[in-house]
Amino acid sequence: MDEKPIIETANLTKRFSGRVAIDNISFTVAQGEVVGLLGPNGAGKTTTMRILSCYLMANSGTAKVAGFDVFSQPYEVKRRIGYMPENNPLHKDMRVREYLKFRARLKGLGWRESRKRVDVMVEQCGLSEVSNRIIGHLSKGYQQRVGLADALVHNPELIILDEPTIGLDPNQIRSVRHLIKTLAGKHTILLSTHNLTEVEMTCNRILILAEGKILAADTPDNLQKKISGERQIIAEIMAPISHLREFFESNNLVEDFDVVPIDGGYIRCLITSKDSADLRQAIYEKSVASGWKLRELTRKRYTLEDIFFKITRNEKEEE
Amino acid sequence: MRTCLILLRRELGSYFVSWTGYVVISVVLFLIGLGFVGLIEALNVEPITNSIVELFFESYNFWLILVLVVPLITMRIFAREKSSGTIETLITTPITDVQIVAAKFLGALAFYAIMWLPLLLCMLIVQYYMPADIETDYGKILSAYLGIILIGILFIAAGCFASVLSKNQISAAIIGLAFAIFLFTLGYLSYSAPFQNGIISEVFAYMNLIEHIKDFARGVIDTRPVVFYISTAALFLNLTLRTVQNHQWR
Repeated sequence: MDEKPIIETANLTKRFSGRVAIDNISFTVAQGEVVGLLGPNGAGKTTTMRILSCYLMANSGTAKVAGFDVFSQPYEVKRRIGYMPENNPLHKDMRVREYLKFRARLKGLGWRESRKRVDVMVEQCGLSEVSNRIIGHLSKGYQQRVGLADALVHNPELIILDEPTIGLDPNQIRSVRHLIKTLAGKHTILLSTHNLTEVEMTCNRILILAEGKILAADTPDNLQKKISGERQIIAEIMAPISHLREFFESNNLVEDFDVVPIDGGYIRCLITSKDSADLRQAIYEKSVASGWKLRELTRKRYTLEDIFFKITRNEKEEE
Repeated sequence: MRTCLILLRRELGSYFVSWTGYVVISVVLFLIGLGFVGLIEALNVEPITNSIVELFFESYNFWLILVLVVPLITMRIFAREKSSGTIETLITTPITDVQIVAAKFLGALAFYAIMWLPLLLCMLIVQYYMPADIETDYGKILSAYLGIILIGILFIAAGCFASVLSKNQISAAIIGLAFAIFLFTLGYLSYSAPFQNGIISEVFAYMNLIEHIKDFARGVIDTRPVVFYISTAALFLNLTLRTVQNHQWR
Protein backbone atom coordinates (compact mmCIF):
# COMPACT_ATOMS: atom_id res chain seq x y z
CA MET A 1 0.00 0.00 0.00
CA ASP A 2 2.97 2.33 0.29
CA GLU A 3 3.20 2.72 -3.48
CA LYS A 4 2.42 5.99 -5.20
CA PRO A 5 -1.18 7.09 -4.79
CA ILE A 6 -3.39 6.34 -7.77
CA ILE A 7 -5.53 9.44 -7.33
CA GLU A 8 -4.15 12.68 -6.04
CA THR A 9 -6.20 15.84 -6.07
CA ALA A 10 -5.29 19.17 -4.57
CA ASN A 11 -7.58 22.16 -4.08
CA LEU A 12 -9.85 21.08 -6.90
CA THR A 13 -12.59 23.60 -7.61
CA LYS A 14 -15.26 23.56 -10.28
CA ARG A 15 -17.87 26.20 -10.85
CA PHE A 16 -20.86 26.00 -13.16
CA SER A 17 -21.97 29.46 -14.20
CA GLY A 18 -21.65 30.95 -10.75
CA ARG A 19 -22.66 27.87 -8.75
CA VAL A 20 -19.81 26.08 -7.02
CA ALA A 21 -20.09 22.36 -7.72
CA ILE A 22 -16.98 21.28 -5.88
CA ASP A 23 -15.06 23.53 -3.57
CA ASN A 24 -11.36 23.08 -2.85
CA ILE A 25 -11.34 19.31 -2.71
CA SER A 26 -8.12 17.50 -1.82
CA PHE A 27 -7.85 13.78 -1.35
CA THR A 28 -5.68 10.83 -2.27
CA VAL A 29 -6.53 7.26 -3.02
CA ALA A 30 -3.87 4.60 -2.63
CA GLN A 31 -3.45 1.62 -4.93
CA GLY A 32 -5.86 -1.22 -4.22
CA GLU A 33 -8.29 0.83 -2.16
CA VAL A 34 -12.02 0.74 -2.64
CA VAL A 35 -13.20 4.25 -1.93
CA GLY A 36 -16.78 5.35 -1.74
CA LEU A 37 -17.88 8.88 -2.49
CA LEU A 38 -20.93 9.43 -0.43
CA GLY A 39 -23.24 12.37 -0.44
CA PRO A 40 -26.70 13.66 -1.17
CA ASN A 41 -27.70 14.60 -4.70
CA GLY A 42 -25.89 17.67 -5.93
CA ALA A 43 -22.99 17.17 -3.52
CA GLY A 44 -20.44 17.11 -6.34
CA LYS A 45 -19.85 13.37 -6.64
CA THR A 46 -20.46 13.17 -10.38
CA THR A 47 -18.48 16.36 -11.01
CA THR A 48 -15.49 14.97 -9.13
CA MET A 49 -15.63 11.75 -11.11
CA ARG A 50 -16.03 13.57 -14.40
CA ILE A 51 -12.95 15.64 -13.68
CA LEU A 52 -10.94 12.54 -12.81
CA SER A 53 -12.05 10.85 -16.02
CA CYS A 54 -11.07 13.90 -18.12
CA TYR A 55 -14.64 14.69 -19.12
CA LEU A 56 -14.67 18.06 -17.38
CA MET A 57 -12.00 20.63 -16.67
CA ALA A 58 -11.67 22.08 -13.21
CA ASN A 59 -11.48 25.82 -12.66
CA SER A 60 -8.53 25.50 -10.33
CA GLY A 61 -6.49 22.91 -8.52
CA THR A 62 -4.72 19.81 -9.75
CA ALA A 63 -5.72 16.20 -10.19
CA LYS A 64 -3.43 13.31 -10.97
CA VAL A 65 -4.27 9.74 -11.86
CA ALA A 66 -1.44 7.23 -11.58
CA GLY A 67 0.98 10.14 -11.61
CA PHE A 68 -0.39 11.69 -14.81
CA ASP A 69 -2.01 15.08 -14.81
CA VAL A 70 -5.68 14.93 -15.74
CA PHE A 71 -5.58 18.26 -17.58
CA SER A 72 -2.30 18.10 -19.45
CA GLN A 73 -1.96 14.33 -20.06
CA PRO A 74 -5.54 13.19 -20.62
CA TYR A 75 -4.53 10.45 -23.05
CA GLU A 76 -2.35 8.70 -20.48
CA VAL A 77 -5.03 9.10 -17.83
CA LYS A 78 -7.84 7.81 -20.02
CA ARG A 79 -5.85 4.69 -20.86
CA ARG A 80 -5.58 3.85 -17.18
CA ILE A 81 -9.16 4.34 -16.08
CA GLY A 82 -12.37 2.49 -16.64
CA TYR A 83 -15.26 4.86 -16.20
CA MET A 84 -18.92 4.04 -15.97
CA PRO A 85 -20.97 7.23 -16.05
CA GLU A 86 -24.19 7.83 -14.19
CA ASN A 87 -27.19 6.05 -15.74
CA ASN A 88 -24.81 3.82 -17.67
CA PRO A 89 -25.16 5.05 -21.26
CA LEU A 90 -24.70 2.28 -23.84
CA HIS A 91 -25.13 1.91 -27.57
CA LYS A 92 -28.43 0.12 -27.27
CA ASP A 93 -28.55 -0.92 -30.91
CA MET A 94 -25.44 -3.09 -30.61
CA ARG A 95 -25.05 -6.66 -29.43
CA VAL A 96 -23.27 -7.28 -26.13
CA ARG A 97 -20.16 -8.94 -27.49
CA GLU A 98 -19.99 -6.60 -30.46
CA TYR A 99 -20.24 -3.57 -28.19
CA LEU A 100 -17.59 -4.80 -25.77
CA LYS A 101 -15.26 -5.61 -28.63
CA PHE A 102 -15.81 -2.17 -30.15
CA ARG A 103 -15.07 -0.54 -26.81
CA ALA A 104 -12.00 -2.68 -26.22
CA ARG A 105 -10.61 -1.77 -29.62
CA LEU A 106 -11.41 1.90 -29.03
CA LYS A 107 -9.47 1.71 -25.79
CA GLY A 108 -6.43 0.61 -27.71
CA LEU A 109 -6.49 -3.17 -27.41
CA GLY A 110 -5.33 -5.18 -30.39
CA TRP A 111 -7.65 -7.42 -32.36
CA ARG A 112 -6.58 -10.69 -30.74
CA GLU A 113 -6.22 -9.17 -27.30
CA SER A 114 -9.63 -7.52 -27.39
CA ARG A 115 -11.22 -10.83 -28.30
CA LYS A 116 -9.53 -12.52 -25.37
CA ARG A 117 -10.47 -9.77 -22.92
CA VAL A 118 -14.08 -9.69 -24.09
CA ASP A 119 -14.32 -13.43 -23.46
CA VAL A 120 -12.92 -12.92 -19.97
CA MET A 121 -15.31 -10.05 -19.25
CA VAL A 122 -18.35 -11.91 -20.54
CA GLU A 123 -17.43 -14.76 -18.22
CA GLN A 124 -16.57 -12.56 -15.23
CA CYS A 125 -19.65 -10.35 -15.46
CA GLY A 126 -22.03 -13.25 -16.04
CA LEU A 127 -23.00 -12.21 -19.53
CA SER A 128 -22.47 -15.50 -21.35
CA GLU A 129 -26.21 -16.17 -21.73
CA VAL A 130 -26.88 -12.80 -23.33
CA SER A 131 -23.61 -12.18 -25.16
CA ASN A 132 -25.27 -12.22 -28.58
CA ARG A 133 -28.37 -10.25 -27.70
CA ILE A 134 -29.05 -6.60 -28.46
CA ILE A 135 -28.22 -4.44 -25.46
CA GLY A 136 -31.45 -2.45 -25.69
CA HIS A 137 -33.47 -5.66 -25.20
CA LEU A 138 -31.72 -6.64 -21.96
CA SER A 139 -32.95 -6.03 -18.43
CA LYS A 140 -31.47 -3.14 -16.49
CA GLY A 141 -29.40 -5.48 -14.36
CA TYR A 142 -27.77 -7.02 -17.41
CA GLN A 143 -27.23 -3.59 -18.95
CA GLN A 144 -25.47 -2.55 -15.78
CA ARG A 145 -23.19 -5.55 -16.08
CA VAL A 146 -22.46 -4.63 -19.69
CA GLY A 147 -21.49 -1.16 -18.44
CA LEU A 148 -19.22 -2.69 -15.82
CA ALA A 149 -17.69 -5.05 -18.36
CA ASP A 150 -17.04 -2.03 -20.58
CA ALA A 151 -15.32 -0.17 -17.74
CA LEU A 152 -13.15 -3.22 -17.05
CA VAL A 153 -12.43 -4.50 -20.51
CA HIS A 154 -9.02 -2.87 -20.91
CA ASN A 155 -7.95 -3.98 -17.43
CA PRO A 156 -7.56 -0.45 -16.06
CA GLU A 157 -5.64 0.48 -12.95
CA LEU A 158 -8.48 2.59 -11.66
CA ILE A 159 -12.19 1.97 -12.00
CA ILE A 160 -14.58 4.88 -11.54
CA LEU A 161 -18.21 3.92 -11.10
CA ASP A 162 -20.86 6.59 -10.80
CA GLU A 163 -23.84 5.19 -8.93
CA PRO A 164 -23.41 1.63 -10.16
CA THR A 165 -26.53 0.25 -8.48
CA ILE A 166 -29.02 3.03 -9.08
CA GLY A 167 -32.38 1.94 -10.42
CA LEU A 168 -31.81 -1.77 -9.90
CA ASP A 169 -33.98 -4.19 -7.95
CA PRO A 170 -32.57 -5.70 -4.73
CA ASN A 171 -31.42 -8.91 -6.39
CA GLN A 172 -29.66 -7.04 -9.15
CA ILE A 173 -28.08 -4.70 -6.58
CA ARG A 174 -26.74 -7.70 -4.73
CA SER A 175 -25.22 -9.22 -7.83
CA VAL A 176 -23.63 -5.95 -8.93
CA ARG A 177 -22.22 -5.44 -5.43
CA HIS A 178 -20.88 -8.94 -5.47
CA LEU A 179 -19.21 -8.20 -8.78
CA ILE A 180 -17.62 -5.05 -7.37
CA LYS A 181 -16.36 -7.01 -4.38
CA THR A 182 -14.67 -9.55 -6.59
CA LEU A 183 -12.87 -6.69 -8.32
CA ALA A 184 -11.57 -5.23 -5.09
CA GLY A 185 -7.98 -6.24 -4.50
CA LYS A 186 -7.24 -6.51 -8.20
CA HIS A 187 -8.18 -2.93 -9.01
CA THR A 188 -8.47 0.40 -7.30
CA ILE A 189 -12.11 1.44 -7.27
CA LEU A 190 -13.74 4.80 -6.74
CA LEU A 191 -17.49 4.56 -6.59
CA SER A 192 -20.19 7.03 -5.77
CA THR A 193 -23.52 6.37 -4.20
CA HIS A 194 -26.03 7.85 -1.88
CA ASN A 195 -26.77 4.46 -0.45
CA LEU A 196 -25.00 4.11 2.88
CA THR A 197 -25.26 0.36 3.22
CA GLU A 198 -23.55 0.06 -0.10
CA VAL A 199 -20.37 1.84 0.94
CA GLU A 200 -20.41 0.04 4.25
CA MET A 201 -20.49 -3.28 2.42
CA THR A 202 -18.09 -2.62 -0.43
CA CYS A 203 -15.68 0.15 0.51
CA ASN A 204 -12.71 0.27 2.80
CA ARG A 205 -12.69 4.06 2.86
CA ILE A 206 -15.40 6.65 2.66
CA LEU A 207 -15.31 10.25 1.54
CA ILE A 208 -18.38 12.13 2.60
CA LEU A 209 -19.21 15.02 0.31
CA ALA A 210 -21.83 17.66 0.80
CA GLU A 211 -22.26 20.91 -1.07
CA GLY A 212 -18.93 20.47 -2.81
CA LYS A 213 -16.82 19.93 0.28
CA ILE A 214 -15.30 16.85 1.84
CA LEU A 215 -16.79 16.60 5.30
CA ALA A 216 -15.12 13.41 6.39
CA ALA A 217 -12.70 10.88 4.98
CA ASP A 218 -12.00 7.66 6.81
CA THR A 219 -12.71 3.97 7.02
CA PRO A 220 -16.27 3.03 7.95
CA ASP A 221 -14.97 1.77 11.32
CA ASN A 222 -13.04 4.91 12.13
CA LEU A 223 -15.98 7.05 11.17
CA GLN A 224 -18.01 5.06 13.63
CA LYS A 225 -15.42 5.74 16.29
CA LYS A 226 -15.19 9.40 15.46
CA ILE A 227 -18.85 9.96 15.77
CA SER A 228 -19.75 7.65 18.59
CA GLY A 229 -16.23 7.79 19.96
CA GLU A 230 -16.62 4.43 21.71
CA ARG A 231 -18.13 6.53 24.40
CA GLN A 232 -21.43 4.86 24.81
CA ILE A 233 -21.63 1.38 26.19
CA ILE A 234 -24.71 -0.74 26.59
CA ALA A 235 -24.76 -3.37 29.31
CA GLU A 236 -27.53 -5.62 30.54
CA ILE A 237 -26.79 -6.80 34.04
CA MET A 238 -28.83 -8.65 36.65
CA ALA A 239 -27.94 -6.90 39.90
CA PRO A 240 -29.55 -4.72 42.57
CA ILE A 241 -30.10 -1.35 40.97
CA SER A 242 -28.61 0.54 43.89
CA HIS A 243 -25.37 -1.42 43.62
CA LEU A 244 -25.13 -0.54 39.98
CA ARG A 245 -25.70 3.14 40.69
CA GLU A 246 -23.06 3.05 43.36
CA PHE A 247 -20.56 1.40 41.02
CA PHE A 248 -21.07 3.86 38.18
CA GLU A 249 -21.00 6.86 40.50
CA SER A 250 -17.78 5.75 42.13
CA ASN A 251 -16.01 5.13 38.79
CA ASN A 252 -14.39 8.40 37.79
CA LEU A 253 -14.28 7.43 34.10
CA VAL A 254 -18.05 7.52 33.88
CA GLU A 255 -19.41 10.79 32.75
CA ASP A 256 -23.06 9.93 32.71
CA PHE A 257 -25.20 6.86 33.01
CA ASP A 258 -28.74 5.67 32.86
CA VAL A 259 -30.17 2.50 34.36
CA VAL A 260 -33.52 1.09 33.33
CA PRO A 261 -35.00 -2.15 34.67
CA ILE A 262 -36.15 -4.42 31.87
CA ASP A 263 -37.65 -7.90 31.58
CA GLY A 264 -36.41 -10.87 33.60
CA GLY A 265 -34.85 -8.81 36.37
CA TYR A 266 -32.14 -7.46 34.10
CA ILE A 267 -31.20 -3.82 34.14
CA ARG A 268 -30.23 -2.04 30.98
CA CYS A 269 -27.39 0.42 31.57
CA LEU A 270 -26.35 3.06 29.09
CA ILE A 271 -23.00 4.43 30.13
CA THR A 272 -21.18 7.39 28.65
CA SER A 273 -17.49 7.42 29.44
CA LYS A 274 -15.06 10.29 29.72
CA ASP A 275 -12.31 10.79 27.15
CA SER A 276 -13.43 7.84 25.06
CA ALA A 277 -12.23 5.42 27.72
CA ASP A 278 -13.31 1.83 27.14
CA LEU A 279 -15.22 0.77 30.23
CA ARG A 280 -16.19 -2.66 29.01
CA GLN A 281 -13.45 -4.53 30.79
CA ALA A 282 -14.07 -2.71 34.09
CA ILE A 283 -17.76 -3.56 33.91
CA TYR A 284 -17.02 -7.17 33.13
CA GLU A 285 -14.54 -7.53 35.97
CA LYS A 286 -16.88 -5.85 38.43
CA SER A 287 -19.72 -8.13 37.38
CA VAL A 288 -17.60 -11.26 37.85
CA ALA A 289 -16.29 -10.05 41.22
CA SER A 290 -19.74 -9.18 42.50
CA GLY A 291 -21.41 -12.25 41.07
CA TRP A 292 -23.71 -10.22 38.78
CA LYS A 293 -25.13 -11.87 35.73
CA LEU A 294 -24.09 -10.11 32.54
CA ARG A 295 -25.92 -10.86 29.31
CA GLU A 296 -24.93 -8.01 27.06
CA LEU A 297 -21.95 -5.74 26.95
CA THR A 298 -21.42 -3.74 23.81
CA ARG A 299 -20.43 -0.41 22.37
CA LYS A 300 -23.28 1.49 20.90
CA ARG A 301 -22.80 1.36 17.12
CA TYR A 302 -24.05 4.05 14.85
CA THR A 303 -25.21 3.16 11.44
CA LEU A 304 -23.81 5.14 8.58
CA GLU A 305 -27.18 6.79 8.34
CA ASP A 306 -26.61 8.29 11.78
CA ILE A 307 -23.07 9.33 10.91
CA PHE A 308 -24.16 10.93 7.74
CA PHE A 309 -27.02 12.71 9.38
CA LYS A 310 -24.79 13.96 12.18
CA ILE A 311 -22.05 15.23 9.92
CA THR A 312 -24.29 17.04 7.52
CA ARG A 313 -26.31 18.50 10.37
CA ASN A 314 -23.24 19.74 12.23
CA GLU A 315 -22.10 21.44 9.09
CA LYS A 316 -25.41 23.25 8.81
CA GLU A 317 -25.34 24.34 12.44
CA GLU A 318 -21.86 25.78 12.10
CA GLU A 319 -23.03 27.95 9.29
CA MET B 1 -5.20 6.47 -36.53
CA ARG B 2 -6.28 2.92 -35.77
CA THR B 3 -8.79 4.03 -33.15
CA CYS B 4 -10.06 6.51 -35.71
CA LEU B 5 -10.74 3.68 -38.15
CA ILE B 6 -12.48 1.60 -35.49
CA LEU B 7 -14.78 4.49 -34.66
CA LEU B 8 -15.34 5.19 -38.35
CA ARG B 9 -16.40 1.59 -38.92
CA ARG B 10 -18.83 1.80 -36.04
CA GLU B 11 -20.23 5.11 -37.34
CA LEU B 12 -20.76 3.73 -40.81
CA GLY B 13 -22.17 0.50 -39.39
CA SER B 14 -24.66 2.36 -37.22
CA TYR B 15 -26.50 3.55 -40.35
CA PHE B 16 -27.16 -0.04 -41.26
CA VAL B 17 -28.18 -1.41 -37.84
CA SER B 18 -31.00 1.10 -37.59
CA TRP B 19 -33.69 2.05 -40.09
CA THR B 20 -32.04 5.36 -41.00
CA GLY B 21 -29.61 3.98 -43.54
CA TYR B 22 -32.13 1.85 -45.40
CA VAL B 23 -34.80 4.55 -45.43
CA VAL B 24 -32.36 7.16 -46.72
CA ILE B 25 -31.02 4.86 -49.43
CA SER B 26 -34.55 3.92 -50.53
CA VAL B 27 -35.59 7.55 -50.76
CA VAL B 28 -32.47 8.41 -52.74
CA LEU B 29 -32.94 5.44 -55.03
CA PHE B 30 -36.52 6.51 -55.68
CA LEU B 31 -35.54 10.11 -56.46
CA ILE B 32 -32.67 9.04 -58.74
CA GLY B 33 -34.96 6.62 -60.55
CA LEU B 34 -37.62 9.28 -60.95
CA GLY B 35 -35.03 11.69 -62.33
CA PHE B 36 -33.84 9.18 -64.91
CA VAL B 37 -37.32 8.22 -66.04
CA GLY B 38 -38.03 11.92 -66.61
CA LEU B 39 -34.79 12.33 -68.54
CA ILE B 40 -35.36 9.37 -70.78
CA GLU B 41 -38.87 10.52 -71.58
CA ALA B 42 -37.53 13.96 -72.44
CA LEU B 43 -34.89 12.41 -74.66
CA ASN B 44 -37.59 10.48 -76.53
CA VAL B 45 -39.30 13.72 -77.48
CA GLU B 46 -36.38 15.63 -78.90
CA PRO B 47 -32.64 15.09 -79.26
CA ILE B 48 -30.48 17.00 -76.80
CA THR B 49 -26.84 17.83 -77.25
CA ASN B 50 -25.88 17.68 -73.56
CA SER B 51 -24.78 14.40 -72.04
CA ILE B 52 -27.10 12.47 -69.75
CA VAL B 53 -24.88 13.21 -66.77
CA GLU B 54 -25.20 16.94 -67.24
CA LEU B 55 -28.94 16.66 -67.69
CA PHE B 56 -29.35 14.80 -64.43
CA PHE B 57 -27.53 17.49 -62.47
CA GLU B 58 -29.82 20.12 -63.91
CA SER B 59 -32.88 18.27 -62.67
CA TYR B 60 -34.28 19.20 -59.29
CA ASN B 61 -33.97 15.61 -58.04
CA PHE B 62 -30.24 15.91 -57.52
CA TRP B 63 -30.53 19.08 -55.45
CA LEU B 64 -33.50 17.72 -53.53
CA ILE B 65 -31.36 14.78 -52.43
CA LEU B 66 -28.46 16.97 -51.51
CA VAL B 67 -30.39 19.57 -49.57
CA LEU B 68 -32.96 17.30 -47.90
CA VAL B 69 -31.17 14.01 -47.37
CA VAL B 70 -27.79 15.18 -46.11
CA PRO B 71 -29.28 16.72 -42.92
CA LEU B 72 -30.98 13.36 -42.33
CA ILE B 73 -27.62 11.62 -42.55
CA THR B 74 -25.82 14.06 -40.32
CA MET B 75 -28.51 14.75 -37.71
CA ARG B 76 -27.66 11.73 -35.61
CA ILE B 77 -23.88 11.90 -35.48
CA PHE B 78 -23.51 14.02 -32.37
CA ALA B 79 -27.09 14.69 -31.28
CA ARG B 80 -27.79 11.01 -30.69
CA GLU B 81 -24.68 10.47 -28.60
CA LYS B 82 -25.49 13.55 -26.60
CA SER B 83 -29.08 12.58 -25.90
CA SER B 84 -28.20 9.00 -24.94
CA GLY B 85 -25.18 10.07 -22.90
CA THR B 86 -22.79 7.82 -24.78
CA ILE B 87 -20.75 10.91 -25.65
CA GLU B 88 -19.42 10.65 -22.11
CA THR B 89 -18.17 7.10 -22.57
CA LEU B 90 -16.74 8.11 -25.94
CA ILE B 91 -14.83 11.13 -24.69
CA THR B 92 -13.42 9.26 -21.71
CA THR B 93 -11.78 6.64 -23.92
CA PRO B 94 -8.20 7.34 -24.97
CA ILE B 95 -9.14 9.13 -28.16
CA THR B 96 -8.61 12.77 -29.03
CA ASP B 97 -11.38 15.19 -29.95
CA VAL B 98 -9.86 15.58 -33.41
CA GLN B 99 -10.12 11.83 -33.94
CA ILE B 100 -13.74 11.83 -32.81
CA VAL B 101 -14.74 14.62 -35.20
CA ALA B 102 -12.71 13.12 -38.06
CA ALA B 103 -14.16 9.64 -37.60
CA LYS B 104 -17.72 10.90 -37.39
CA PHE B 105 -17.34 13.14 -40.41
CA LEU B 106 -15.68 10.44 -42.50
CA GLY B 107 -18.27 7.87 -41.41
CA ALA B 108 -21.08 10.12 -42.66
CA LEU B 109 -19.14 10.85 -45.83
CA ALA B 110 -18.62 7.14 -46.47
CA PHE B 111 -22.33 6.52 -46.10
CA TYR B 112 -23.00 9.43 -48.45
CA ALA B 113 -20.64 7.96 -51.03
CA ILE B 114 -22.36 4.58 -50.79
CA MET B 115 -25.74 6.26 -51.07
CA TRP B 116 -24.80 7.71 -54.48
CA LEU B 117 -23.57 4.44 -55.97
CA PRO B 118 -26.96 3.65 -57.57
CA LEU B 119 -26.54 6.82 -59.63
CA LEU B 120 -23.42 5.36 -61.26
CA LEU B 121 -25.38 2.22 -62.02
CA CYS B 122 -28.18 4.25 -63.61
CA MET B 123 -25.68 6.11 -65.75
CA LEU B 124 -24.06 2.88 -66.89
CA ILE B 125 -27.46 1.40 -67.79
CA VAL B 126 -28.31 4.44 -69.88
CA GLN B 127 -24.93 4.31 -71.58
CA TYR B 128 -25.46 0.63 -72.31
CA TYR B 129 -28.64 1.28 -74.28
CA MET B 130 -27.12 4.12 -76.25
CA PRO B 131 -26.37 3.67 -79.91
CA ALA B 132 -23.03 1.94 -80.39
CA ASP B 133 -21.49 4.80 -82.32
CA ILE B 134 -21.67 7.11 -79.29
CA GLU B 135 -18.62 6.57 -77.18
CA THR B 136 -19.16 6.24 -73.46
CA ASP B 137 -17.22 8.87 -71.57
CA TYR B 138 -16.33 7.24 -68.26
CA GLY B 139 -14.14 10.22 -67.40
CA LYS B 140 -17.19 12.46 -67.27
CA ILE B 141 -19.05 10.02 -65.04
CA LEU B 142 -16.10 9.80 -62.67
CA SER B 143 -15.61 13.54 -62.58
CA ALA B 144 -19.31 13.98 -61.83
CA TYR B 145 -19.06 11.46 -58.99
CA LEU B 146 -16.01 13.30 -57.68
CA GLY B 147 -18.03 16.51 -57.80
CA ILE B 148 -20.80 14.85 -55.81
CA ILE B 149 -18.30 13.75 -53.17
CA LEU B 150 -16.70 17.20 -52.98
CA ILE B 151 -20.01 18.95 -52.61
CA GLY B 152 -20.94 16.29 -50.05
CA ILE B 153 -17.84 17.17 -48.01
CA LEU B 154 -19.17 20.69 -47.70
CA PHE B 155 -22.75 19.73 -46.86
CA ILE B 156 -21.77 16.99 -44.41
CA ALA B 157 -19.32 19.27 -42.59
CA ALA B 158 -22.14 21.80 -42.21
CA GLY B 159 -24.43 19.00 -41.02
CA CYS B 160 -21.82 17.86 -38.47
CA PHE B 161 -21.77 21.32 -37.01
CA ALA B 162 -25.57 21.43 -36.92
CA SER B 163 -25.62 18.11 -35.09
CA VAL B 164 -23.08 19.13 -32.46
CA LEU B 165 -25.15 22.21 -31.66
CA SER B 166 -28.15 20.27 -30.52
CA LYS B 167 -29.06 17.48 -28.15
CA ASN B 168 -32.14 16.61 -30.14
CA GLN B 169 -31.94 14.84 -33.49
CA ILE B 170 -34.93 16.64 -34.96
CA SER B 171 -33.62 20.09 -34.16
CA ALA B 172 -30.21 18.99 -35.45
CA ALA B 173 -31.91 18.04 -38.72
CA ILE B 174 -33.69 21.38 -38.90
CA ILE B 175 -30.51 23.37 -38.24
CA GLY B 176 -28.73 21.20 -40.81
CA LEU B 177 -31.48 21.86 -43.33
CA ALA B 178 -31.15 25.59 -42.73
CA PHE B 179 -27.41 25.37 -43.37
CA ALA B 180 -27.94 23.31 -46.53
CA ILE B 181 -30.54 25.70 -47.93
CA PHE B 182 -28.29 28.63 -47.11
CA LEU B 183 -25.33 27.08 -48.93
CA PHE B 184 -27.51 26.15 -51.88
CA THR B 185 -29.06 29.59 -52.29
CA LEU B 186 -25.78 31.46 -51.78
CA GLY B 187 -24.93 31.17 -55.48
CA TYR B 188 -28.33 32.56 -56.49
CA LEU B 189 -27.43 35.87 -54.88
CA SER B 190 -25.18 36.56 -57.88
CA TYR B 191 -28.31 36.61 -60.08
CA SER B 192 -30.25 38.95 -57.82
CA ALA B 193 -30.63 42.62 -58.57
CA PRO B 194 -28.29 44.48 -56.20
CA PHE B 195 -25.36 42.24 -57.01
CA GLN B 196 -25.69 42.12 -60.79
CA ASN B 197 -22.18 43.26 -61.47
CA GLY B 198 -18.96 44.19 -59.77
CA ILE B 199 -16.86 42.23 -57.32
CA ILE B 200 -19.76 41.14 -55.09
CA SER B 201 -21.43 39.41 -57.98
CA GLU B 202 -18.19 37.65 -58.80
CA VAL B 203 -17.74 36.50 -55.20
CA PHE B 204 -21.21 35.00 -55.14
CA ALA B 205 -20.65 33.46 -58.56
CA TYR B 206 -17.73 31.55 -57.06
CA MET B 207 -20.15 30.04 -54.59
CA ASN B 208 -22.66 28.99 -57.21
CA LEU B 209 -22.96 25.27 -56.57
CA ILE B 210 -25.14 24.66 -59.62
CA GLU B 211 -22.53 26.04 -62.00
CA HIS B 212 -19.84 24.06 -60.22
CA ILE B 213 -21.59 20.76 -60.60
CA LYS B 214 -22.31 21.48 -64.27
CA ASP B 215 -18.57 21.89 -64.76
CA PHE B 216 -17.90 18.60 -63.02
CA ALA B 217 -20.48 16.89 -65.22
CA ARG B 218 -18.70 18.25 -68.30
CA GLY B 219 -15.53 16.69 -66.98
CA VAL B 220 -14.00 19.98 -65.94
CA ILE B 221 -12.36 19.90 -62.52
CA ASP B 222 -11.79 23.53 -61.65
CA THR B 223 -9.64 24.11 -58.56
CA ARG B 224 -11.63 27.15 -57.44
CA PRO B 225 -14.78 25.29 -56.34
CA VAL B 226 -12.59 22.53 -54.89
CA VAL B 227 -10.80 25.10 -52.74
CA PHE B 228 -14.15 26.64 -51.81
CA TYR B 229 -15.63 23.30 -50.69
CA ILE B 230 -12.59 22.12 -48.80
CA SER B 231 -11.97 25.41 -47.02
CA THR B 232 -15.62 25.94 -46.05
CA ALA B 233 -15.84 22.33 -44.88
CA ALA B 234 -12.67 22.86 -42.85
CA LEU B 235 -14.26 25.90 -41.26
CA PHE B 236 -17.38 23.93 -40.27
CA LEU B 237 -15.33 21.01 -38.97
CA ASN B 238 -13.18 23.36 -36.97
CA LEU B 239 -16.28 24.89 -35.41
CA THR B 240 -17.51 21.37 -34.65
CA LEU B 241 -14.22 20.52 -32.98
CA ARG B 242 -14.33 23.70 -30.90
CA THR B 243 -17.84 22.87 -29.77
CA VAL B 244 -16.81 19.34 -28.79
CA GLN B 245 -13.85 20.67 -26.85
CA ASN B 246 -16.01 23.29 -25.24
CA HIS B 247 -18.08 20.71 -23.37
CA GLN B 248 -15.27 20.40 -20.85
CA TRP B 249 -15.76 23.95 -19.70
CA ARG B 250 -19.48 23.99 -19.24
